[in-house]
Amino acid sequence: MELYEYTIHEIAEKLEKQEVTSYDLVKSYFDRIKEKDGVVKAYVSLMEEEALAKAKDIDERRKKGEKLGKYAGVPIGIKDNMNVKGTKTTCSSKMLENYESPYDATVIEKLKAEDMIFLGKLNMDEFAMGSSTEHSYFFPTHNPWDLSRVPGGSSGGSAAAVAADLAPAALGSDTGGSIRQPASLCGIIGLKPTYGLVSRYGLVAFASSLDQIGPLTKDVTDSAIILNLISGHDEKDSTSSRREKIDYTKSLVNDVKGMKIGLPKEFLAEGVSPEVKDAILEVAEKYRELGAEVEECSLDVGKYSLATYYIIACAEASSNLGRFDGIRYGYRTEKFENLKDIYKNSRSEGFGPEVKRRIILGTYVLSSGYYDAYYKKAQKVRTIIKNEYDKLFEKYDLILTPTSPITAFKMGEKSNNPLEMYMADICTVPVNIAGLPGMNVPCKLDSNGLPIGFLLIGNSFEEEKIFRAAYTYEQNTNFRDNKPTFKGGEN
Amino acid sequence: MAKEDYEVIIGLEVHCELSTKTKIFCSCPTDFGGDPNTHCCPVCMALPGALPVLNEKVVEYAVKAGLATNCEITKVSKNDRKNYFYPDLPKSYQISQFDLPLCHDGHVNVELENGEEKEIRIERIHIEEDAGKLNHDEYERGSFVDLNRACVPLIEIVSKPDMRSAEEAEDYMRKLKSIFEYIEVSDCKMQEGSLRADVNVSVRKKGTEKLGTRTEMKNMSSFRSIVRAIKYEASRQIEVIEDGGTISQETLRWDDISGKTFSMRDKEDAQDYRYFPDPDLAPIILSDEYIDNIRKNLPELPESRKKRYLADYDLSMKAANIVTSSKYYSNMFEEAIKVCDNPKSVSNWIMSDIARILNEKDEEPDSIPFTGEDLGELVKLIDDGKISSAIAKKVLEEMFENPEKPGKIVEKNGWVQISDEGAIKEVVSKILDSNPQSIIDFKAGKDKALGFLVGQAMKETKGKANPQLLNKLFKEEIDKR
Repeated sequence: MELYEYTIHEIAEKLEKQEVTSYDLVKSYFDRIKEKDGVVKAYVSLMEEEALAKAKDIDERRKKGEKLGKYAGVPIGIKDNMNVKGTKTTCSSKMLENYESPYDATVIEKLKAEDMIFLGKLNMDEFAMGSSTEHSYFFPTHNPWDLSRVPGGSSGGSAAAVAADLAPAALGSDTGGSIRQPASLCGIIGLKPTYGLVSRYGLVAFASSLDQIGPLTKDVTDSAIILNLISGHDEKDSTSSRREKIDYTKSLVNDVKGMKIGLPKEFLAEGVSPEVKDAILEVAEKYRELGAEVEECSLDVGKYSLATYYIIACAEASSNLGRFDGIRYGYRTEKFENLKDIYKNSRSEGFGPEVKRRIILGTYVLSSGYYDAYYKKAQKVRTIIKNEYDKLFEKYDLILTPTSPITAFKMGEKSNNPLEMYMADICTVPVNIAGLPGMNVPCKLDSNGLPIGFLLIGNSFEEEKIFRAAYTYEQNTNFRDNKPTFKGGEN
Repeated sequence: MAKEDYEVIIGLEVHCELSTKTKIFCSCPTDFGGDPNTHCCPVCMALPGALPVLNEKVVEYAVKAGLATNCEITKVSKNDRKNYFYPDLPKSYQISQFDLPLCHDGHVNVELENGEEKEIRIERIHIEEDAGKLNHDEYERGSFVDLNRACVPLIEIVSKPDMRSAEEAEDYMRKLKSIFEYIEVSDCKMQEGSLRADVNVSVRKKGTEKLGTRTEMKNMSSFRSIVRAIKYEASRQIEVIEDGGTISQETLRWDDISGKTFSMRDKEDAQDYRYFPDPDLAPIILSDEYIDNIRKNLPELPESRKKRYLADYDLSMKAANIVTSSKYYSNMFEEAIKVCDNPKSVSNWIMSDIARILNEKDEEPDSIPFTGEDLGELVKLIDDGKISSAIAKKVLEEMFENPEKPGKIVEKNGWVQISDEGAIKEVVSKILDSNPQSIIDFKAGKDKALGFLVGQAMKETKGKANPQLLNKLFKEEIDKR
């Protein structure tokens, strides 16, 4: 087995026992990146020099017997919308192509405190707006299972990197499915924690009331490990929860006996591909076999969710992205006579079409005369959706749905049809609207050899139940025996 | 119709910088000045990914301000984003409060010239962040953004259109300034921009109900220009109407040099600020206990001090009004009477000479360079017969110029009053010798003559002779002659 194939908990153990050095490990990733990232195109920028130097330093400290963090010297990749001091944070946008952050995001501070090593910054849809990573200003990322297909998005670089062994794990961000949907399309574990569990400080905001940072990993254990490292209250984020910290690895228990899982029929209806539907039913059957109680239920939120999501997310985005005005940092047009020109031209030239579409939509729904009909109404529907979930969680520990109604689609297939692209998030979006945690778990390959994933949704701050159910499934199945084939070539 | 047939209607939106140590959404210092962009961090520079965290002191100060102006406090309020593009606004939105201001429906009383009190209603007080500053460079043909002031906490106090003259508007704003100084939520330094106002003016014919179309003058930062601007704008509006024109709703800029208003933008350009609740900040929820606690700890307000001064020290209404018009006066008064036990005299010194000197210098009471204790000592020197009031005036001038203890100033200048009978007798004899006509006049019943003689003696002693003693000795000596 190659070094780059190990999970984080396996690596940590080998480092601890000094069976491998951090340097060799980090080196193996950069070698692998050189070999494979030419076709996958997961990374926007690499931090090779710093990473290798840091690895060397940690190896020396370890040799001296210095007390190190449990995951010291373990590498990780970062989605390019999280600030790492002294390096570029581009959000895959021309607007921030040369923007270097003078500060660390809170999650980055936490990983640095643990002495983890950053491999580089990962590609994404511009400003996290998209479901295919085709909206990156730089280049699209390719799905390692079929290079002619998309990896999902917006954390497509993060998902593809982990699936292709270009990083043992990565951080992504999820506003409407941006961790879970690419995790599903790339066959890995992707967790969107409860809103407020992980600090958003230093994550470039898309939609503040929906954004949440989470891990993309090879297995459930790694997901719990990373969540342990990045969760917890942050004084710099007023929306971060003050709950006591939980050790999620304690929930890695191979037992679902007595758990009640709801299977909403609406999420297996029209629009879901038959192969995906069958796979989810198989998962349900597996859980029954393992001792859980799985019951069909009703959750009729789908039809309002997308509209609600696009009103709220775009409204917030239209305001959040106002700061990219060409004045203090980021792209500034060369064509201007006056102040208005600077604004108009910098933003027209600096943002891509999808970002502009959402800013325009968001500006519209907030404008006077339309606010009540759109934004205010969407907030009301948001409450209703949350209530619908609350009702289900009175009865069930978890809710089981597909993560994506379809498996990875061809590049270019939906990029000219925004509405069709938006449908890719139909299963994940309501979870963000309700602020709930959700995890993609891969379960099988479809007839094209593409991963299918299921989504476990928990009640607020009940990630533990998700970990327990996902871990049990993982321990009793063998999806990880499948490996991406890198077929399809460059298209 | 004549000018007198119109009524001026004025409403004020007063912006007041709070004196918290740190900014409203980050922990940068709020200190005035500093090199450009040195009191800044990722939050107040609006770097990508930075998030605001509400400074709880700001809420406390704003609630204090609300309670001190008789407002209701909103128990569940929130922060809203006001979206617009301007280079001094780094986030391209200002975090303010839209439909749920922290305080609402209050009032303050102002004293009118005729001695009556008038209630000016306050519609709302909300918290918000200040913007940065643009420095325009004429030579470089460019503008430079300084974000030191960005994110400094402000309260905006919106009055009802209750004022009817420029003087009332000034009195109202002075009242707010005084209250905020008393409760120590702001230093209210107008020259540093920490107190400024947007002034709304309209006119209507007396006896009509309907308000006229108003114009708004932005960012007025001295009492003098507010008064001038209101007077000018009211006259302008009356003239336009008398000439058969109509007033258009517009934002104006007051130019202090030309003494005129100029149009900045009209209603057509009205911005749509697209207010919505800031999702980065939690709702502001205040308990009754929290509010009561602030209420209990409010310092004594001017109204209450005034009542006390009237009852305990027998000051005149005018004296009580002036002394309590500023925290600095009032504190000075209270410190002084601890030293000299002569409240009336202290209040007179504040009302007349101190106020006059400040007025001449165009300064506010906060810039008085000596303490209340010093003033008390000055009054005591007079009361103890050590100096005359005439000398005291000179001492006061000195206290402004070269602040030192009054006793020291008197000593240094050799201004100690002559109370030695022997020494004064000599002077009296000398004056009488050279003014025989005055003796005749006095004996003939012309009391004025005595005043003349005392004046001559004062001149001779450079004002240092004890006037009571002079009076007594002159009478005695004249009798002898």
